[in-house]
Amino acid sequence: MVLAQLKADITAARLADVTLPQGAAWANDARAQALARVRQMGLPTKRDEYWKYTDPASLTVADAPQAALFDAGQTPLFADIDRLRIVFVDGVFDAEASDDLALEGVEIERLSDAMSKDIHWVKDTYGVLEARGQDPVHRPLAALNTAMATDGVVIRATAKVAKPISLVYLHNDVASDAVLHNVVKVDAGAEVTLLENGPAAARFSKSLEVDVADGGAFHHVRTQGRDHERRAVTHCFARIGAQSTFKSFTLTFNGVLTRNECVLDIVGDEATAHVAGACVGDGKDFHHDDTVFITHDAVNCESRQVFKKVLRNGATGVFQGKILVKAGAQKTDGYQISQSLLLDEDSQFLAKPELEIYADDVACSHGSTSGAIDEDALFYLRSRGVPVIEATNLLTLSFLAEALDEIADDALAEALRDRLEGWLSRHS
Amino acid sequence: MNAMDTVEVKEGVDQETVDAVKELSGAYKYGWETEIEMEYAPKGVNQDIVRLISSKNKEPEWMTEWRMSAFERWEKIEEPTWAMVDYPEIDFQDIYYYARPKSMEEKPKSLDDVDPKLLATYAKLGIPLKEQAILAGVEGAEDIPAEGRKVAVDAVFDSVSVGTTFQKELEKAGVIFCSISEAIEKHPELVKKYLGTVVPPSDNFYATLNSAVFSDGSFVYVPPGVRCPMELSTYFRINAENTGQFERTLIIADKGSYVSYLEGCTAPKRDTAQLHAAVVEIIIEEDAEVKYSTVQNWYPGDENGVGGIYNFVTKRADCRGDRSKVMWTQVETGSAVTWKYPSCILRGNDSQGEFYSIAIANNMQQADTGTKMVHLGKNTKSRIVSKGISAGKAQNTYRGLVSMHPKAKDSRNYTQCDSLLIGDKCGAHTVPYIEVKNNSSRVEHEATTSKVDDDQLFYCRSRGMDEEEAVALVVNGFCKEVLQALPMEFAMEAQALVAISLEGSVG
Repeated sequence: MVLAQLKADITAARLADVTLPQGAAWANDARAQALARVRQMGLPTKRDEYWKYTDPASLTVADAPQAALFDAGQTPLFADIDRLRIVFVDGVFDAEASDDLALEGVEIERLSDAMSKDIHWVKDTYGVLEARGQDPVHRPLAALNTAMATDGVVIRATAKVAKPISLVYLHNDVASDAVLHNVVKVDAGAEVTLLENGPAAARFSKSLEVDVADGGAFHHVRTQGRDHERRAVTHCFARIGAQSTFKSFTLTFNGVLTRNECVLDIVGDEATAHVAGACVGDGKDFHHDDTVFITHDAVNCESRQVFKKVLRNGATGVFQGKILVKAGAQKTDGYQISQSLLLDEDSQFLAKPELEIYADDVACSHGSTSGAIDEDALFYLRSRGVPVIEATNLLTLSFLAEALDEIADDALAEALRDRLEGWLSRHS
Repeated sequence: MNAMDTVEVKEGVDQETVDAVKELSGAYKYGWETEIEMEYAPKGVNQDIVRLISSKNKEPEWMTEWRMSAFERWEKIEEPTWAMVDYPEIDFQDIYYYARPKSMEEKPKSLDDVDPKLLATYAKLGIPLKEQAILAGVEGAEDIPAEGRKVAVDAVFDSVSVGTTFQKELEKAGVIFCSISEAIEKHPELVKKYLGTVVPPSDNFYATLNSAVFSDGSFVYVPPGVRCPMELSTYFRINAENTGQFERTLIIADKGSYVSYLEGCTAPKRDTAQLHAAVVEIIIEEDAEVKYSTVQNWYPGDENGVGGIYNFVTKRADCRGDRSKVMWTQVETGSAVTWKYPSCILRGNDSQGEFYSIAIANNMQQADTGTKMVHLGKNTKSRIVSKGISAGKAQNTYRGLVSMHPKAKDSRNYTQCDSLLIGDKCGAHTVPYIEVKNNSSRVEHEATTSKVDDDQLFYCRSRGMDEEEAVALVVNGFCKEVLQALPMEFAMEAQALVAISLEGSVG
């Protein structure tokens, strides 16, 4: 009862001054329904089971905590990759900095434009996948995002898209509180790659809804980081059709708080879904949380979760993963691994790798390990004349390699590997 | 008809396993009832009932107060709902909290004075309450050379302990083994010192209720340096209808001592569910070791889920001293609903906790069981091996916590939990919590059949076995290893379980 009151208070305080963006009637409906979901569920607190290891307080307060700007002085990520750039500054679309949105095989529109049209395909997806993803676990922050999102893009791939669509999130205002919502629809047989990078805002709430039709393919590569003090909560909701492919990879550096939720619903037979992540955290003020929920509701599907975390100087890494195999989802192949490398005594790894299985002809396995760097391997390298810092970095990279291997595109994987090496050499 | 008769079993699952599970879930052998005149406290629970139970046990004032404060607390807390079990709401006011055979009004002075009907009940269960070289709870015990092995038994019938065997002989070794009501009377200093220090009255809903209304249970104290000369065991029997059984067990292994403790339980078939909410506390001092083994065979309800025991139990061992060791072994085949997490607090440096479990759920049974390993001391080690088997429409969940505190340097945990599904109407779930707060500790959790020892596998393969045969052999051997952790007294039950292989299991 006390908890219910606490949630009600937090929710009321957060929603007190909220006004929803306005658009077409259907869009206003979708937002109003999402807001109703928030009120009904209540915002999360540290006492919720799903937030056991991550304190959501700074994500639910009305005023976002500030985050200082940080210039790493690096060349922007993916600079060498031919891509269609779409730039957001503190959560607002920047048309001048962005490329022309016209590209063969894909329709791209700004979210606010799509939401003000009387008829639009996004009507069947916006908030719809998020609402589906509220069962069996509530994700009130995702519903809040659906209700409040002020900007974003909607992307519909109708064929194999020639180059990746790259969303770049810049952070310029120490007090920015951005709420973005992107929607991707991959038509039958179509294929698209989405890149996301940048610190985005002092506090960043982002949702991505992905609907992959039969035989479609969606690739997602994302990095989060740069600004150390930023906070982010992101959600990815996907509906995955028959014989389609969904692949998502996230690399996280920095950030005082990051919570990435990925909710995949495999509804068509023979589909493949891979989610992977690597994170490197340094310092007591680094908290990173990967929360994944994969539902198998079709026959002969494969899912993989591969998460690796390297933590030092009191950093905290969290993994909550779940594979739910519904009755009848026979021949499911589900794999889940979460591993952490703790580089010193103060860092923490908290994991809850769950399985819930209602079908008997499945192969599901999960593993989780945690420990320090392998002394023998370190000794071997040192005996070959490799200095201890370099040896540690080398072993750290090889530890993360299994997650990076999940990226299908070699050029993208190489770009991230470079970035990772740079980070390690700066932080050692 | 057994729900499993019609089940199609997927390829790779051993027929022997299916038969073994079927056999275990077959006709419940202990479903009969003893007709005996009983004395009940009025139904329901309130302050008067708590006082009544306390006065029936002739308890001192401090004990009554202890119960009353637990009851006060219980009234304010809510029943937990997080477990993956589903059962109709329990009406806590529709249960008898105290039931004892009339003949037990005056405590029998010796076993010879115990009501013959009660003795016959235990004899029928295979637990003759006679002081002779016996093996408890084993059918066909006469075929096993006893070699003078002795087992002391404390028999708990509904709310009271009806007798404890071999007390004199144990006394000679300095071991105290008696009912907890007797311990409160005769050894108040020990009870006062240890009761509620491992499972405090505020621990959880059922433990708090137990603290208020526990009627009896067993008490063991093994003095420093003593190796308990025989196995100790408690046999719990629920007989009366609409009663709840709330027993409390307190085991203290003082410095350098050793004791092996067995627990068995059965109940008659009835079509109303009955509640069993026990608390077991174990305190292990420096260099001491305790083995606690359970074969839980409460009435599981019929194939439609009617009746059965709700087994909501809190069991915890506190390895207080350095180099202390505890080993939990459990075979869970009974109960309609099981909610049970035998845990280890590894407080002493170099202390060790082990948990071996086989949980079999069939028909409409639901089991949510596992363990907690809380590493507080340096260089502590724990090992968890859990095998869950679901059949019929049963749901079987492993739920466990491994926690490495910042000061628990150089600690180790290894967890393996496998589940096997027989048929497509049942469910198997795994909910492990892993919390690592220092880097010199290693934690490994795995739940997969393919991860059998590579060397063993290689050895088998090099002898000409194919991959599948080799895996089957290694996994089967491993399962047997768990079963061999059970004491001899459970050998018979264990033998039936040995036929279970975990081929085709899922993580």
